[in-house]
Amino acid sequence: MSLEIKGITKKFGAFVANDSIDLQVNNSEILAILGENGAGKSTLMNVVYGLLQADSGEILVDGKKVKINSPADALAVGIGMVHQHFMLVPVFTVAENIVLGHEQSQSGVLTLTEAKIRIKKIADEFKFAIDPDALIENLPVGVQQRVEIIRALMYDAKVLILDEPTAVLTPQETDELLNMMRILKSKGTSIIFITHKLREVKAVADKIVVIRRGKVVGNVQPSTSQEELASLMVGRAVDLEVNKSMSSRGSTVLNIQDLSIYDGSGRSIVSKLSFEIKAGEILAIAGVQGNGQSEIARAIMNLEPHVSGSIKINNAEILGNSVHESIKSGIAFIPESRELDGLIGTFSIAENLILNTHDEAPFASFGQISKSAVIDNAKARVEEFDIRAQSVDDHTNSLSGGNKQKVVLARELSRDVKLVVASQPTRGLDVGSIEFVHERLLAERTSGRAILLISTELDEVVALADRIAVIYRGEILGIVEPSVSREKLGLMMAGVK
Amino acid sequence: MFRRLESFRKAALLPFLAFVFAFFIGGVIIALSDSEVLANIKSPGKFLTSFGAKIGNSYLAIFQGSIYDVNLARGESFFKGFYPLSDTVVNATPLILAGLAVALAFKSGLFNIGAQGQFIFGAIAASYVGFKFEFSPVMHITLALLAGIIAAGIYGGIVGLLKAKTGAHEVIVTIMLNYIATFFILWILKTEAFLRPGSINPIAPEVKESAQLPLFLGEDLRIHFGIFIALLAAVFVWWLLNKSTLGFKFRAVGANANAAKTAGISTGFVTFTTMFICGALAGLGGAVQVLGTNHALSAEIGSSYGFDAITVALLGRATVTGTVLAAFLFGALQTSGLNLLSVTGTPFEIVQVIQALIVLFIATPALVKYIFRIKKEVSEKSIAAKGWNG
Repeated sequence: MSLEIKGITKKFGAFVANDSIDLQVNNSEILAILGENGAGKSTLMNVVYGLLQADSGEILVDGKKVKINSPADALAVGIGMVHQHFMLVPVFTVAENIVLGHEQSQSGVLTLTEAKIRIKKIADEFKFAIDPDALIENLPVGVQQRVEIIRALMYDAKVLILDEPTAVLTPQETDELLNMMRILKSKGTSIIFITHKLREVKAVADKIVVIRRGKVVGNVQPSTSQEELASLMVGRAVDLEVNKSMSSRGSTVLNIQDLSIYDGSGRSIVSKLSFEIKAGEILAIAGVQGNGQSEIARAIMNLEPHVSGSIKINNAEILGNSVHESIKSGIAFIPESRELDGLIGTFSIAENLILNTHDEAPFASFGQISKSAVIDNAKARVEEFDIRAQSVDDHTNSLSGGNKQKVVLARELSRDVKLVVASQPTRGLDVGSIEFVHERLLAERTSGRAILLISTELDEVVALADRIAVIYRGEILGIVEPSVSREKLGLMMAGVK
Repeated sequence: MFRRLESFRKAALLPFLAFVFAFFIGGVIIALSDSEVLANIKSPGKFLTSFGAKIGNSYLAIFQGSIYDVNLARGESFFKGFYPLSDTVVNATPLILAGLAVALAFKSGLFNIGAQGQFIFGAIAASYVGFKFEFSPVMHITLALLAGIIAAGIYGGIVGLLKAKTGAHEVIVTIMLNYIATFFILWILKTEAFLRPGSINPIAPEVKESAQLPLFLGEDLRIHFGIFIALLAAVFVWWLLNKSTLGFKFRAVGANANAAKTAGISTGFVTFTTMFICGALAGLGGAVQVLGTNHALSAEIGSSYGFDAITVALLGRATVTGTVLAAFLFGALQTSGLNLLSVTGTPFEIVQVIQALIVLFIATPALVKYIFRIKKEVSEKSIAAKGWNG
């Protein structure tokens, strides 16, 4: 089946999200749509899937014009979509989730027998391993995604839209997904693959459409170089190489010995972990999400309640201190989720910039906050960190992801700190902002701060780290040099020593 | 300046429209509950006239009963017509203080249902200091007020402490503490310490004159200094929230407790301090009520101020100015109830129906927007109280 989009325009008020976009995907073809966050990729796909209605333009299936007003219409003409955030009921089984909305019953009782047979047939045909009776909540993210794909195939989707499917996956799961896409393609399914990751596009796409600010800015072949793709996407030349200079290492700043972290029910999350970081050094903890690395960062901030062992900053024990004391002992903390832990969305940029220094001079005297000092500080930080906002009074809710992260960086790095703990500092950011964060972390390294980088992005880890500690199920499998091969790192992340 | 006005207009539009609409529906109910109006149902012309007249008379009665009554001024001074306004202010005073106790808690992300109990404890403590001891007037008032503030502050602080240390939900705890306060006052009024000598009526002795809040517009009017205490408290809460470092912590925890915690703000400290201050505010309300209005403590001292306070704070969208304005509105409605009954024969309870309708429409912004065909521009900032799992 072929799908053609002609001149789709979608406006939100005065903002043009899609500006007469044309593209086409043919039978057995993988079309990648590449673009930064906010470029209009998701809007376009929501139009195609019937979640949004275009202001003008048309959609053709096999050369015939179709009207798609709802996801049901889309499914009827053979278009299926797997969303970035899965639409699954966690406490239902795989089979129950797949039949959801199309349940079959016998005298009022739900029957799954037929559905299970069909699921098995599809799984066999496409070589997906899946247990129809497994509960969704017990499945890894990659397998949950598989369930979404099978659901689309069950209802005869011939064109499959995958919206940022690798954002939530580990490197291994990503490879599996790319393989799966190739198999689907070989069986005649067309795929529209939405992403901002260049490597994946080059690995799997047959052709690439680059979208920037709602417009198609390039129709290119996968042989195009990564640099070229990136500059098309961003609209200027991008340096993908991180220029890491030599830095002199000083004395040990962070010294962690026998660190164990438990959850509320006493289960071990991290066990007997030891490492140290010197001034001017970046130690990266690499690993698949959920292996205890987030908790290590939180434990250093004394945000984890059940911790044993020792955490020393410049030889002074800090474990057991309050969060406030941890901040005061000279740690900058860039939390994993800026929206949840880093910023207060309904506070202004200026207020967010003093979140952890609001009761210190010059911001406070005699229990009262000096508005002028807060505003002056905000203006200086906005300037220094190139935060794009109309006013320092704007709520951080209204900022883009990159600018939000810049507010967090501006707050944390402007204090007198010895150690920077950066947890997934570039997650969900666009290329330009990633560049900024990387440069800033390297600048901190040069200025003699110790940096703990926690990341699931292998590229980032290899580019920035002086040493890489690979974590698997709460244990460090080994600390290696960044020059080690990606295969070796990938295997270690999967638990192979 | 313009920006500020604009944001005020946005914030006030929805409550205002809810208010207008509630009055409209209230009018229809008043008219349709009247047997004379209904008797005319067969002839549409007569029905509509009597329908309109009934509504008009009722709202005139509400205005006359709460703000200005021409009949009182007739033959006397113009000024005398404002007598109802004095009662409106007296009724608004406890609502302002208890309303602030609820609004401030909202800002810290807490739902303080317990203003009623805190109010009662404030009244008990102030009354005791008021009738038991002898001091010079200013001193006596100050000490009695302080007693109310501290007793109720502790009563509110218990909630904060329980929540901070054990995670108990403040809604449940405050509801239970309201029961305790309601029955505690019944019991304590029967103890020797609170009974009038030789009496078995559950009513405490009047507070000494030195502890009574002075009237300031003559003996005929009930209006007393309590309103200034309430307005001063409102200014304090405004300063606390918008200018102080403590208020910054309150708002941070209320808006995003996770981020506040990550920034080193102790949520337990904020929960406790907020509830202490909220208790103190409601307790000040109770103290002002007993020292200024009732003079003698009885089981009815709390009336339903602590519960109306929730409505007042919601109507005021948990802002200081909004809460004060809403308290005056409710004070006026409650003052007018008697007049409404005596002039038009409309039952007193209709006032409560209108109050309930106002809150109902505020709670359903989509409905009001639909009725008045308002586009999205009206801010939909919800008040930050957490659900059961928060």
